Amino acid sequence: MTAKIAYDDVEVGTELPAQTFPVTRATLVRYAGASGDFNPIHWNEKFAKEVGLPDVIAHGMFTMAEAIRVVTDWTGDPGAVMEYGVRFTKPVVVPNDDKGALIEVSGKVAAKLGDNAVRVDLTATSGGQKVLGMSRAVVRLA
Amino acid sequence: MALDQSFVGRTYPPTTPYEVGREKIREFAEAVGETNPVYTDPEAAKAFGHSDVIAPPTFVFAITFPAAGQIVEDPQLGLDYSRVVHGDQKFAYSRPVRAGDRLTVTSSIEGIKSLAGNDILDIRGEVHDEAGEHVVTAWTKLVARAAEGA
Repeated sequence: MTAKIAYDDVEVGTELPAQTFPVTRATLVRYAGASGDFNPIHWNEKFAKEVGLPDVIAHGMFTMAEAIRVVTDWTGDPGAVMEYGVRFTKPVVVPNDDKGALIEVSGKVAAKLGDNAVRVDLTATSGGQKVLGMSRAVVRLA
Repeated sequence: MALDQSFVGRTYPPTTPYEVGREKIREFAEAVGETNPVYTDPEAAKAFGHSDVIAPPTFVFAITFPAAGQIVEDPQLGLDYSRVVHGDQKFAYSRPVRAGDRLTVTSSIEGIKSLAGNDILDIRGEVHDEAGEHVVTAWTKLVARAAEGA
């Protein structure tokens, strides 16, 4: 079994199913533990404000991990991802309430490359702000 | 103070192997809300042709970033880490990271730029398995913001 989306079934402009990912303070504490990134700007409000941030912010790598799910949920096999890159343009600000923040991610096929590979361009926003730029993945389809 | 351009091209010694465990992958997958069984169920991973559970695409950063510590904390380079933000991140995979891998990272400095008082450092981490085969390359751009009043 390989990717569940066939190269011949997609064209430039094909949209991937968009997803919304919630992120709360608890999410960030958990991600800190799993990733080993304990920078206090991701869990300590006092520290975050002292270094000039509006509040605690999500790990950029957390946002990066969420955004690629739009691609891997579409292909089925995450092993089909050949390249993935992002620019961290704005932080995802996570207030200390039970709602937290939302990361909204959409993607579309931007180019059909050789060898069944396509380039997907992703858009990620939070609070109406674009949080990732140049967010691109190359993935091999069936 | 601008970073020393002569560090561009410098390669640091490979790290001691990091052994990728199934339960570490599970912990990471759950922390990012993943539900794909290819990360937690060896049988589901085999159905996709993987010999064991694989790791989410960004998992390897938890290995490459500590490896980049050799550069970030190199006293001769003198990066002010308290002012560093993560600018860009990119990965290019030869294959997914999977449970049982013993991975080494060889880090090098690809570029140093100074822009409007900010120091921009491009680091490349080459990740290889125990057999010496390439698994993934990670490119990390760090930006040390200009010190206030500098």
